[in-house]
Amino acid sequence: MISEAKLDIPILRIEPTRGWAALKLRELWTYRELLYFLVWRDVKVRYKQTAIGVGWTILQPLMTMVVFTMIFGNLAKVPSVGVPYPVFAYTALLPWNLFSGALNRCTISLVGSANLITKVYFPRLIVPASATIAGVIDFTISFVFLLGIMLWYHMVPTWGVLTLPLFLFQTLITVLAVGLWLSALNVRYRDVGHAIPFLIQIWMFLSPVAYPVSLVPEKWRLLYSVNPMVGVIEGFRWALLGKESPDFRIVAVSSVVLIVVLLGGLFYFKRIERTFADVV
Amino acid sequence: MSNVVIRVENLSKQYRIGTANHRHDTLRDHIAERFKSMFGRNGYGHPNDPRDTIWALKDVSFEVKQGEAMGFVGHNGAGKSTLLKLLSRITEPTAGFAEIRGRVSSLLEVGTGFHPELTGCENIYLSGVILGMTKAEINRKFDEIVAFAEVEKFIGTPVKHYSSGMYVRLAFAVAAHLETEILLVDEVLAVGDLDFQKKCLGKIGEVAKQGRTVLFVSHSMATVLNLCSRAILLRSGQLVYDGPAESTIKNYLEYQSSKGAQGFDNNPERSGNGVIRLIGARIFNEVNQATSHLVAGRPASFEFRYENMTGEHRGCNILFAIYNQLGVAVSCFDFSLNYGLVERLGSGGVFTCHVPKLPLPIGQYSINIKLEVNGEEADLVLHALVFNVDNSNFFKSGQTPPLRFGTSLVDHTWSQQIEPVSDVVAAQ
Repeated sequence: MISEAKLDIPILRIEPTRGWAALKLRELWTYRELLYFLVWRDVKVRYKQTAIGVGWTILQPLMTMVVFTMIFGNLAKVPSVGVPYPVFAYTALLPWNLFSGALNRCTISLVGSANLITKVYFPRLIVPASATIAGVIDFTISFVFLLGIMLWYHMVPTWGVLTLPLFLFQTLITVLAVGLWLSALNVRYRDVGHAIPFLIQIWMFLSPVAYPVSLVPEKWRLLYSVNPMVGVIEGFRWALLGKESPDFRIVAVSSVVLIVVLLGGLFYFKRIERTFADVV
Repeated sequence: MSNVVIRVENLSKQYRIGTANHRHDTLRDHIAERFKSMFGRNGYGHPNDPRDTIWALKDVSFEVKQGEAMGFVGHNGAGKSTLLKLLSRITEPTAGFAEIRGRVSSLLEVGTGFHPELTGCENIYLSGVILGMTKAEINRKFDEIVAFAEVEKFIGTPVKHYSSGMYVRLAFAVAAHLETEILLVDEVLAVGDLDFQKKCLGKIGEVAKQGRTVLFVSHSMATVLNLCSRAILLRSGQLVYDGPAESTIKNYLEYQSSKGAQGFDNNPERSGNGVIRLIGARIFNEVNQATSHLVAGRPASFEFRYENMTGEHRGCNILFAIYNQLGVAVSCFDFSLNYGLVERLGSGGVFTCHVPKLPLPIGQYSINIKLEVNGEEADLVLHALVFNVDNSNFFKSGQTPPLRFGTSLVDHTWSQQIEPVSDVVAAQ
């Protein structure tokens, strides 16, 4: 055996792991600079590439809001909890766009970083994590626009706005929870990456983006809240619009589902991680 | 014993190779197959079916002491890169273990992490952090890195505008400033121009002298001899020899020549569609004796015996290339260049190539032979023959210049004109 007593340098042991692997969260902390640089790289590259790049960030939720207003607000006359429909829709579009954009990027992140994964060692969790965090910049820009729209309608955000960082964090965790499963599966089964954009579209209609939760019949509501984005969107609406507080059962169900999916995702990811470099 | 920084014991890596039937990299296919196998035999082998797996590395054991520069040699597919990947933790071993004391940096390719849209400066940080340096470290060494790469003027330009030479210099400059105790290098020196390669070699040599441990994989015997005191020979995933660099390389080259003597059987470096096959190759000196020792400046012949496996072919060609002990090609001897394509093959026959005045410096050489039919490779045999040039009659002195100044000898004459010594100078 290599004697450890002589010097204070720990010995690294490389051997096959069987079954479930330890999460090794402390190791992630030592690689925090790498996480920062990968996020920095993604953001820089995205904005260097197109002049419209920045404009697209604003354009997309704006246009969705306009379309929703025309169809759901005016034609279908969907109720909007006492606020103008455009504001109602945009407050949900804010976290939703973060979710869908980040989840799409997260799913293909491991395969997209194949050149790194096959040449350098670092905890692979960093890859989907950086793909997730990179969405925060766009979110911030969109948020500024939301404030603009609210002011246009002479609405002042309530004090609940201070809790917004909490809900932002919850959104990121939701993306990561689902993204860990999807990115790991996508390495082995490439059709996952192709199916996801479509699934996210459907998911949007299963979330209270265009319509309020109150539209869902009472008996289905708990089942409906199994969707973790329900809790997130309700939270955003409450923080920004300050209407009556959300049904806490709904928030509780969503949150529990979120934690289960996250933990499951972490363990599944770590277990499959050892095969990434061979399969990607 | 306490000086050992790397200890490897029975390290093994098994890969599953998918045949067309087995690979299912869509979720849809995977689910479909699961259903099929639930309902009965579907022709799949057992997960550990030997036909489906290969051992890229099997039971490799060795130790490396601190400050040692260790080389790894072997033919393509011997397992050298797999070994480095295992020690870099990029992939997991199937069996066995390794223990490493100290931080490890791996240089498995040039330009890991570089992004074409970012500037040189940005890429230095990105690549540095990816390779394991901290931001503070990079700040400290930034100027050194830029100076080593000689790209001061272009540091603010996106890397996609760099020439390939600049790109490689910058990528290597970042990697060269890694300060970990253990360095794993995989043939990254095979890029760039000669000057740059020398610079890289120099830097790696410095690293070894500073007392850091280097594991170095290369195909270039000369580089391994230059840098490493010890070397390990891998063959088909197994450790065949572990000893001083010169003996290991000698072992490697001798094996190549003994392979030739076996008549090309079981040569892992043979390929081709097989419509015509090489069945023998010999070298003859000027008195028509079969030999593996030639004299530079004297006639020599190379004889190749072939067998035609499948009927008459037209449009054939035979060519062979001679490589010196540094792995550099000296010349290629191609039938079609002088005579056009071969029209008749019969069921078999012999091609002989005569060289009137062998222009090879003293050293050891190997030959790769290729048979082509209609432009397609029928039989390619690498390292088919090994021979030595021990003596030279090319130049009057009987000596030849060192290999690194020339791969072959060129016939030439010198003339000289003398200015008479002047009276002024003589008077002093």
